[in-house]
Amino acid sequence: MPDTTPPPLDSAQVAHLASLARIALTADEIEKLTGELGVIIESIAKVSEVATPDVPATSHPIPLSNVFRPDVPGATLTVEQALSGAPERDGDRFKVSAILGEEQ
Amino acid sequence: MSGDSLISLSASVLAERLHSGELSSVEVTQAHLDRIAEVDGDIHAFLHVSADALKTAAEVDGARRLGAKLSPLAGVPVAIKDVLCTQDMPSTAGSRILEGWIPPYDATVVAKLRKARLIPLGKTNMDEFAMGSSTEHSAFGPTHNPWDLERIPGGSGGGSAAAVAAFEAPLALGSDTGGSIRQPAAVTGTVGMKPTYGGVSRYGAIALASSLDQVGPVTRTVLDAALLHDVIGGHDEHDSTSLTDAWPSFADAARAGAASGSLTGVRVGVVKELGGEGFQAGVSARFAEALDLMASAGAEIVEVSAPSFRYAIAAYYLILPAEASSNLAKFDSVRFGLRVNPPGGGTVEDVMAATREVGFGPEVKRRIILGTYALSAGYYDAYYGSAQKVRTLIQRDFDSAFSRADVLVSPAAPTTAFKLGEKLEDPLAMYLNDVTTIPANLAGVPGMGLPMGLAPEDGLPTGIQIMAPAHEDARIYTVGATLEALLEQSWGRTLISQAPGHPSMPLPDERAARLEGGTR
Amino acid sequence: MTSTADLMDFDKALELFEPVLGFEVHVELNTKTKMFSPAPNPAAPGADASEPNTMVTPVCLGLPGSLPVVNEQAIRFSISLGLALGCEIAPTSRFARKNYFYPDLAKNYQISQYDEPIAHDGLVEVELANGKTFRIEIERAHMEEDAGKLTHVGGATGRIQGADYSLVDYNRAGVPLVEIVTKMITGAEHDAPELAKAYVSAIRDIVVALGISEARMERGNLRCDANISLSPRGSGELGTRTETKNVNSLRSVERAIRYEIQRQAAILAAGGAIIQETRHWHEDSGTTSAGRPKSDADDYRYFPEPDLLPVEPSRALIEELRSALPEPPAVRRRRLKESWGFTDLEFQDVLNSGLLVEVESTVAAGASPAQARKWWTGEIARLANVAAVDPSSLVSPADVAALVALVESGELTDRLARQVLEGVIAGEGSPSEVVEKRGLKVVSDDGALIAAIDEALASQPDVLEKIRDGKVQAAGAVIGAVMKAMHGQADAARVRELVLERATTP
Repeated sequence: MPDTTPPPLDSAQVAHLASLARIALTADEIEKLTGELGVIIESIAKVSEVATPDVPATSHPIPLSNVFRPDVPGATLTVEQALSGAPERDGDRFKVSAILGEEQ
Repeated sequence: MSGDSLISLSASVLAERLHSGELSSVEVTQAHLDRIAEVDGDIHAFLHVSADALKTAAEVDGARRLGAKLSPLAGVPVAIKDVLCTQDMPSTAGSRILEGWIPPYDATVVAKLRKARLIPLGKTNMDEFAMGSSTEHSAFGPTHNPWDLERIPGGSGGGSAAAVAAFEAPLALGSDTGGSIRQPAAVTGTVGMKPTYGGVSRYGAIALASSLDQVGPVTRTVLDAALLHDVIGGHDEHDSTSLTDAWPSFADAARAGAASGSLTGVRVGVVKELGGEGFQAGVSARFAEALDLMASAGAEIVEVSAPSFRYAIAAYYLILPAEASSNLAKFDSVRFGLRVNPPGGGTVEDVMAATREVGFGPEVKRRIILGTYALSAGYYDAYYGSAQKVRTLIQRDFDSAFSRADVLVSPAAPTTAFKLGEKLEDPLAMYLNDVTTIPANLAGVPGMGLPMGLAPEDGLPTGIQIMAPAHEDARIYTVGATLEALLEQSWGRTLISQAPGHPSMPLPDERAARLEGGTR
Repeated sequence: MTSTADLMDFDKALELFEPVLGFEVHVELNTKTKMFSPAPNPAAPGADASEPNTMVTPVCLGLPGSLPVVNEQAIRFSISLGLALGCEIAPTSRFARKNYFYPDLAKNYQISQYDEPIAHDGLVEVELANGKTFRIEIERAHMEEDAGKLTHVGGATGRIQGADYSLVDYNRAGVPLVEIVTKMITGAEHDAPELAKAYVSAIRDIVVALGISEARMERGNLRCDANISLSPRGSGELGTRTETKNVNSLRSVERAIRYEIQRQAAILAAGGAIIQETRHWHEDSGTTSAGRPKSDADDYRYFPEPDLLPVEPSRALIEELRSALPEPPAVRRRRLKESWGFTDLEFQDVLNSGLLVEVESTVAAGASPAQARKWWTGEIARLANVAAVDPSSLVSPADVAALVALVESGELTDRLARQVLEGVIAGEGSPSEVVEKRGLKVVSDDGALIAAIDEALASQPDVLEKIRDGKVQAAGAVIGAVMKAMHGQADAARVRELVLERATTP
């Protein structure tokens, strides 16, 4: 099995991960996390020692398949229930700040 | 009966006295509310106490007076871990990001509690999003261990365990992703059961790691756990991973175990890898005594080896953060929860990032970043993919061990309760608390934490873990109830009766009543 | 803004470059409920999703603690679609989470399928107007959920840029989708734009025949993302591709491909480079504009959805669904041509206009094939062209059939029927309602006609003589005068009859 151990984590990578995860980390937090995660990753990277190609992956602890629901409408939330937790609303819709995206 | 002695009764005894009319639910509920008012300032087991408890209790009393057919635990109060959605109480999962959020729906287990007419007392404290082993990661301050207020009550379900240990509630619900029911039970001298994955619905349980999470009972006796499990268990069409098994009565299983007093013919497997180095001396000593006791009651003790268990923590700390990083993405300030607008406004992207920076605590951020890393392109195979393979190996180890033993045992936690703050700055040391409990979550098998005595060196509770093959939860209740009875006979009292601040429980009565119940 | 981009002449572009195409078509299934929640499905027939956030459950809103459960009917529809696309149905397929933050995505991950789709390796045959047939290879068809709907408020255009804030409605969140992904298509050459339209039209015909989607492009039931790149002729190298989104009519598919070829060719010929990005099609201007650049930052962190279990359809289920498939499009086309009695030219006319389904539905609703064809490929297509929309978005087959019936019963003339059609399109109601409201009925009261004829004859006294002398065509002048007097609301044939009658009776 080829060595697939990724290179050690650096702070630029942590900053990138934080942006993927939408967390506005401060520079101090990034620095601290880089150290902490480095230690943790070093410790957990040993999973690859025994994860040989002949071993299948298990994603569910109890194997089941074909769990379906009949196509029958059920109870819905009222509009008020749906919006009850909204930090901000406009009429019956959720309100968010301007979106940076698609058509720039 | 005075409130003090009332709160020391087990749920099964309370249930009987409610049933016979000797006690009213209002009395019982009031006694527990009084107890909460008296001690929760010190313990901080509750994040919210229900304003409707007495009203609900009065309704149950009324129904009983009218001769309604009520379920066995009707009228008995229950505390609910704050990870569970309740449409009449805030549900925060211990996080600032959900502070004050009242869901528009009940978790299935909560709906089942209501249907069985238990009395929801309030919501219990927990590590934020159940990430932790000490309840110190709650955004609303830690819970204190009733045995020693300077010490942790375990986690993440420290609130539920402490509430039960401090007699603030006879019953509580917990959730267990890597030991959050069993480890707190061990360090607070209580009983906690993690059912087979899928045995209890996860619908309405705020997800940490979907493939590991399981809701279960937190109580002071094995029978109480079984009674509560009977209420919350069973298939739920809202949870695809919910099992369709026809479950036996766990209460019957527990009563049978308590009554038999014998373990003849039971093969008890001791997992070599879940003991020895890193385990506190007093924990190991009590564990050895418990094994002797089981042997003397007829059990066949066999040593089993599970070599892959040494990779369990590593696999767990990849799978959990990976799933959690995705499950926690929904906390984005759009539909519910906190919103933090960065200075000068900003785009929705900036608002989300600012909200998550302020709303999540350090441990949550740590695990989200770790999980994001583990799933990133290029790293998936080495980390998440490998961890899922380790999971297969651990399942194989369980299969092999269960071919030689009916139940597996280990200490439920490597140490007794440690001091608040002791491991807060060392995440890796904190993660090692779950070494004994994690394998059961990875494999989906049921496990129970049960008191096995006080450690001689610090006088604090220790717990034993009993595990059975998937779907065989009843076996744990039978063996657990037998062991509990044997231990209590050997001590001449219950473990919890030795807790400081214990409201002078009249032990003989209660024990007798419980055993009586078992022979019926 | 790139809408003012230089464009190279299409033929010139094709001289220099070879177009390489690829399509991702999203089909909204018309199940009663959503993909993972028992909320009513806004893409179901007759559903009304106009009130925001009225068709939601905790699952659609991604509320903490909520969990998805798969809709069995969506699985059956997806398998049927896979089979109709000639795909293999996977013995085991799996849902995966595609993680990215966007406010219309309630959980900030989309439940989709990744490395284990339900159907893969299919083939769709597409016929062009010139009789050429293309075999388009399908890479995969996978199930996923739709996102909610964003409305951008403020700014000049209602578009995302310059908006002050946005509003989110989650009614559409969780609508079941099947995404059909083609393999790379080469060799289309000059036919590329037409091929694109024909391909999407073929997919539409398939899902309509299966009855699994309402397939209204203008409503987003069927959405096409078109990938296109240009390879310098003879270079053998693949060019950088763009992905054009928001193409919501058959007509636009064709235009968008043509536009992108011309735009990319101009850039490449000038020594520029194509940026790998999504581009947004603008129906009004017929142009595309740059969207989000595709980059390494797009890391969706796919992993198997832990809240859902593998889908393992039995052989028996697959065979049951296979045996229930409608006939393949080519067979169907042959059958329809024969049963309608159309000439090659007439049938090709229907195919090329992409109106096979409409004509078929109109015939099914009672119209004669000839009339159905005449209306769809004639007046309706003309009006659609004027309005720059697909004909099917203007009027329903049932209304067209009703219109034809009114003509055939003599209640409307062709001319009046065209006015009625305009009323129907304007939303004034069904054809009979429009007839009523606009008072367009043919005057069939002979008394009124005779009075008008008499008046006309009185002003042209020589006409009767001419008719009696056998010069029947002289009647034309009177008929014209009568039709004018009746404001066109008379049956000219009847007027002629009455005029001749009048001439022959003393």
